[in-house]
Amino acid sequence: MLMKQNAIHGARWIAVCFAVLFAAACAQTKPDGLSSNVTPGTGQDFVVNVGDRVFFEEDQSVLNAQGQATLANQAKWLNRYSQYTITVEGHADERGTRQYNIALGARRAQAARDYLVGQGVSASRIRTISYGKERPVAVCNDNSCWSQNRRAVTVLNNATN
Amino acid sequence: MRGNLKKLSVLATRIAVLAIAAGVFSGLLGPEPAKALVEIDITQGNIEPLPIALPPFSAEGGDSRLASDMTAVIAANLRRSGLFNPLDPASYIQKNMSVNSTPRFGDWRTISAQALVTGTVIQQPDGRLRAEFRLWDVFAADQMLGQQFYTTPENWRRLAHIISDAIYERLTGEKGYFDTRIVFVDETGPKDKRVKRLAIMDQDGANIRYLTRGDDLVLTPRFSPTSQEITYMSYGGTDPSVYLLNIETGQREIVGNFPGMTFAPRFSPDGQSVVMSLQQGGNANIFKMDLRSRQTTRLTNTAAIDTSPSFSPDGRRIVFESDRGGTQQLYVMGANGGGAERISFGPGRYSTPVWSPRGDLIAFTKQHQGRFMIGVMRPDGKGERILTEGYHNEGPAWSPNGRVLVFFRDTPGANGGPQVWTVDLTGYNELRLETPAFASDPSWSPLID
Repeated sequence: MLMKQNAIHGARWIAVCFAVLFAAACAQTKPDGLSSNVTPGTGQDFVVNVGDRVFFEEDQSVLNAQGQATLANQAKWLNRYSQYTITVEGHADERGTRQYNIALGARRAQAARDYLVGQGVSASRIRTISYGKERPVAVCNDNSCWSQNRRAVTVLNNATN
Repeated sequence: MRGNLKKLSVLATRIAVLAIAAGVFSGLLGPEPAKALVEIDITQGNIEPLPIALPPFSAEGGDSRLASDMTAVIAANLRRSGLFNPLDPASYIQKNMSVNSTPRFGDWRTISAQALVTGTVIQQPDGRLRAEFRLWDVFAADQMLGQQFYTTPENWRRLAHIISDAIYERLTGEKGYFDTRIVFVDETGPKDKRVKRLAIMDQDGANIRYLTRGDDLVLTPRFSPTSQEITYMSYGGTDPSVYLLNIETGQREIVGNFPGMTFAPRFSPDGQSVVMSLQQGGNANIFKMDLRSRQTTRLTNTAAIDTSPSFSPDGRRIVFESDRGGTQQLYVMGANGGGAERISFGPGRYSTPVWSPRGDLIAFTKQHQGRFMIGVMRPDGKGERILTEGYHNEGPAWSPNGRVLVFFRDTPGANGGPQVWTVDLTGYNELRLETPAFASDPSWSPLID
């Protein structure tokens, strides 16, 4: 079911891979089309077809065009499926100090949250949290991993899949 | 959970200390001799460690293994300080020393010992240990110090640390730091699924105990300067928050009722308040909470990340980091907020400032060109010195006498992880402190009383 994925550009595809935690399958399989057997409105639909995360430059919390596009899609989806509340989790890479990175992750979560609110998602549906550098998804020792860890992830609180 | 934590409680037994009356030994030593010849000036960098002989304490028919283990702990403490060079016991000429007889000083001069420690440990009929030691100035042929202690046998390591502190203090003129503990974050499991637990150990790495189970992410534990309490950040509640934990009773409480995430806590020097950051939207500001009145005070109010507050030892000022000027830099303000002045101006980013308990220096983490350093500067920002640098060094904390820094050093890649290191103020004596697993965020206790 995860072999077929939305045909989108590279960065978001990587994001989907990590989101669904089937990195091996992702690494070997090119996304080749819309997922046909994902039920619309489910958590899986959100992760696979919308994209649950946006990425940041080093020590930055500014959303780039791609991040804004992802969040706009998230907002559209969340406005359609209004039964969900969400937690936006902010994260930092390991190349900073622990306490600052907690605040930096919070700043990234806040940037994503503010964008979603600007797109019509009710602020009362959104909680934010920061994990600083404590929850990396990629563990190698160069920017290819660090750039995946500098992220804000939108998590559906009451998804059933 | 509380029941378990109680079992982790610290040693509470007081150790009786009796200075041995000089008169008792006047027959051995004659009149009070002239000023000691052996002293260490620890303010110098890269000094030659003082040769010191520590023959195994005598057991006088008792547990000779305990006696020699105690001597080994003392020797290891003194060696790790970088100020002493405990000599190889194989070179000792005089054997089977008794604490009650005057050493043959010529034998110790021959092997270039400048100081000599003799001692004895005996189990009393009531089960307690009686330990006695003397510190001798070999060249002056003079007793510098003699003390006697009573304690329960399970306290033998503490006794060794107390004796180490007495030797250190007598020879350097500074308080020791061996009868202390270090609280830290124990880290196990793969890098992307780390389990973090609060742990506490003696300053030499012995007697590790775990204070939390690993269910919740915990970070940045810091000792109270006045009580058996630590403050730390935990993700256990609704919002990640600052907590207090009594390490004797296991009692835990949240600090304050803040609307949002609190982090980066640290006690005031009198132990009566905690300073910390409160996250408000994209900004972090510094607040203080009085632990008795529960009153909270806002200390900074900027559209920036203000964090890592640390009091000066007189309690009148606070150093912290802020990116209000664009990147992380160090600032000093009054203890009630206001008047913040930037003190760091070198190239790179400065963070995690910690004021020395002596007041003379501020230790920090510095990032520059992809390297992470531990350094110190004076409170006015002058006199910056880098003590260690590498891929990732972070989070210095002071020994209670302000002579040694403990910090963590991370190693890169999937199998990398943090380890605890110490470095003295000269920057020469850099040593790893062994821990059972990866370890980060070390914080030193005050001297135990």
